[in-house]
Amino acid sequence: MTNAISSFGAVGRPVSIHTDDAAKVRLKGRYRTETWFKWLGAAAVALAGLFLVLLLSTIVTQAIPALRQNYLTLPIDLSAAKVDPAKLDAANYDAIAQEALTAKFPDVTSRQDKRLLRGLISTGTGVFLRKDIAADPGMLGGTVDYAVPLDDFADLYLKGLLADVGSDEAISTSVTPSETSGDIDLTFGDDAMLTLARGHGATEGENGMLTLTSGASSLLVAFNGGTVKLTALSPGASGTAVAKGTVIEALDSTAPAASGQAFLRVIDTPEASRKISDKMIVWLDTLKSAGLIESRFNSIFFFTGASREPELAGVWGAVVGSFLTMIVTLAIAFPIGVSAAIYLEEFAPKNRLTTIIEVNINNLAAVPSIVFGLLGLAVFLNFFGMPRSAPVVGGMVLALMTLPIIIIASRASLRAVPPSIREAALGIGASKVQTVFHHVLPLAMPGIMTGTILGMAHALGETAPLLMIGMVAFIVDIPGGFTDPATILPVQIFMWADFPEAGFQQKTSAAILILLVFLVIMNAIAVILRRRFERRW
Amino acid sequence: MVGYLVVLLLVLAAAAYWIGRTRAIASVNGDVARLHSLPGQHGMFLALFAAGPALLAIVLWSLVTPGIESSIIADRFSSELSGMGVPQVEAFIRDARAMAFGGLVGFADPAKEAAAAVYKSIHTTSTWIIWAVALVLSASGFYWAYSRIAQAYRARHVVERVLRAFLIACSVVAILTTIGIVLSLIFESLRFFQQVPFYKFLFGTHWSPQSAFTGAGTEAGAVNQDIFGMVPLFAGTLLITFIAMLVAAPIGLMAAIYLSDYASKSVRAIAKPVLEILAGIPTVVYGFFAALTVAPYFRGIGESLGLNVASESALAAGVVMGIMIIPFVSSLSDDVINAVPQSLRDGSAGLGATKSETIRKVVLPAALPGIVSAMLLAVSRAIGETMIVVMAAGLAANLTANPLEAVTTVTVQIVTLLVGDQEFDSAKTLAAFALGLVLFCITLTLNIVALRVVQKYREQYD
Repeated sequence: MTNAISSFGAVGRPVSIHTDDAAKVRLKGRYRTETWFKWLGAAAVALAGLFLVLLLSTIVTQAIPALRQNYLTLPIDLSAAKVDPAKLDAANYDAIAQEALTAKFPDVTSRQDKRLLRGLISTGTGVFLRKDIAADPGMLGGTVDYAVPLDDFADLYLKGLLADVGSDEAISTSVTPSETSGDIDLTFGDDAMLTLARGHGATEGENGMLTLTSGASSLLVAFNGGTVKLTALSPGASGTAVAKGTVIEALDSTAPAASGQAFLRVIDTPEASRKISDKMIVWLDTLKSAGLIESRFNSIFFFTGASREPELAGVWGAVVGSFLTMIVTLAIAFPIGVSAAIYLEEFAPKNRLTTIIEVNINNLAAVPSIVFGLLGLAVFLNFFGMPRSAPVVGGMVLALMTLPIIIIASRASLRAVPPSIREAALGIGASKVQTVFHHVLPLAMPGIMTGTILGMAHALGETAPLLMIGMVAFIVDIPGGFTDPATILPVQIFMWADFPEAGFQQKTSAAILILLVFLVIMNAIAVILRRRFERRW
Repeated sequence: MVGYLVVLLLVLAAAAYWIGRTRAIASVNGDVARLHSLPGQHGMFLALFAAGPALLAIVLWSLVTPGIESSIIADRFSSELSGMGVPQVEAFIRDARAMAFGGLVGFADPAKEAAAAVYKSIHTTSTWIIWAVALVLSASGFYWAYSRIAQAYRARHVVERVLRAFLIACSVVAILTTIGIVLSLIFESLRFFQQVPFYKFLFGTHWSPQSAFTGAGTEAGAVNQDIFGMVPLFAGTLLITFIAMLVAAPIGLMAAIYLSDYASKSVRAIAKPVLEILAGIPTVVYGFFAALTVAPYFRGIGESLGLNVASESALAAGVVMGIMIIPFVSSLSDDVINAVPQSLRDGSAGLGATKSETIRKVVLPAALPGIVSAMLLAVSRAIGETMIVVMAAGLAANLTANPLEAVTTVTVQIVTLLVGDQEFDSAKTLAAFALGLVLFCITLTLNIVALRVVQKYREQYD
């Protein structure tokens, strides 16, 4: 390096390869790399956090609507003519509820419209009604106000998830209808409506004729106590506009509505691309403004079994199934896992067999979960002839899967107990077994419990092996025992995610939320156990 | 009924414990110090002999009887069953059993009802037999053990030996599981390879087992051997795994580096739990996220760029799987990076290296075997991952390297072949086991290689 000190800098200090201008540039570059590298690391961590936030926020925002369900209160006629108190099962409760609904809309006469109207309430209404009457026969004998669950599309619309609906805006001109029902003509005092229709996807025809097809936004005009859906518009005489429309709710009179007395409602989502028709929307809005619809805590979702109808589907069956499965898993995996860990850590001589067992356990922990499902299918179901879809088989498969986790955690926990404890116990004459069971095991227990709970949390979220043993069946009943056909929460999520109905997407998210809550609780218990009881030696 | 027997035996065991204890104390007139074993150990001894053999007999009985009962039924009704294939016979026996135990079956016929009656009577007889056997075993065990209890009797040795045998039996369960996995996979795969030669399975490029048969129903003809080629599945699995690793490896590794060498304590206190939560989320949730959020999002982006992205693109499944593996990679790498001794870092800093230079030129090379091993484990995990791909990847086998197209994977095919009703000897069902065997072998090899890499190339410091 002697040749490097060849010249002197401006300040008079010797300039070396470490301090010359090139070195400064180099150093700057190195520091830049340093900053870059650091930020890259921070970005990686932030990205992982972002993914988590994205995942959780997607699920939570979708799940929240499913926690409530809209109910429609109807005056239900339960007089003896409709329901014979002696023969409760003979009555047609669905028809009774549907009559109560159609009575609210006397102008709905066509068969097709009536069917649409009946579709507003859930197909399970009759079942609920019958159950409630059986529980409280005092309801019989007259007309009672009874809240029935709405159908999933109606429910989703009211939650604002099916269509973009603007608020009602007063029309600043007069509106004159030609009739009170059927297909009618409306005359608007100015042509502002034409521009509006053009802005909402109306198809331009001859002579300035604008047609609102089902691919355009729906324009609804409410006045004189009724609602008219516009189907076409054309310019009228002297700056007016003439619209053709279909009356959805009959008008009181053909009197012109003055400026500010008629209201326009725009539904931006075209009728063709939403699951709910304009008529249903108008009916629901009428019912809602009459104060008959209320949003309640969704007890159906939490306390009933599975169903093909989104508004009737609940997670309780799956929760019970998961619970039963977890009991079996715990009952098998915990004693066997802890025993194996005790043997390997405390008793096993260092020989070939124990080495094989150890390698084995480590490998087993890395076997894909689906392979355990294949094992369960081939051995438990086909070889031993155990029942399909049963929590007992699911529990056994999950137990085999959780076993390595519990063994590894228990061994680590046993190893952490210092030898002085063992020596002291042996020194005062305890046998090896007494030493382990009276002194070492109790001290290792918090760690073992923590490991077991984490293993169980892992098992609770496991899906793939249970698909193999038939727990993917569609089961409506709540399982009552370990051999009843059952499904479990993650499998229920998997099945619901596959259903095309929009209502199920929210249900799936809500079920995921429930699963995550259980997992959080289990992990919290594990953390508390670790904090409170684990001793550092 | 057998449930009551078990409860009865447990009650007997509790009683025997108390009796044995009392007798041991009585044998030395209350001077417990003169006993060789503690009174409680005498009690345990008596309880073990009173209930143990009987309980073992019950376990054995419940394992063996279903098979024996079915074979008796199959034997008695051989004339009714003569024209049926194996699946129909199995269904017949299953229905007979369900009817005998009061369950519901799809359609009952007189033969099934007769079989159910026979089944019920056989089952009743065998239940009586096990009751008798268990009670005799229990009584004789109790009598023998009771007569042994004395002051000098070494009850402790017997109890501890039994306990030790139980502990050994529990550790062997892990081995039995592995043996069970290997045997069931190999056994079913061999049955598959009898119908489809293994070279056609391993090297065939056409996979569509849904059209496996030329005929229909019982007239199904020979298996079409050319549609069980697993190369497209394997290619699809590798493509998705590759995408996943492209996401997980850099993010996971950089996160591990940042957390171990740069992050302040407070950052670590937030970031570690975030990664743990990410690791604890069930895969079915990731699958839902992939199918309902990420895939449509990628499709939308593709459309706006003029690209044709399949709605079940490999990209969506791969990226979400990568997110799932990030915590796995980062926690394994974190351990490895932390295992590099501080002295190496200090030495590098002493020579004037910046922190990033230390990490890139000293820490990472030292930790390389561990990192490679972590990556291999992550790959193994990605290959075996099921739910994300079942929900977000395609079903049709498609031999392509384009991540925007839908591909299918080994695990997806196992699930589609085995979910729902299956006939247990069709090549279609057995193919799932052959795929399972391949999956098991690949993941096992990766794990072993990962282990060997660490063992062989690890630098021993201190």
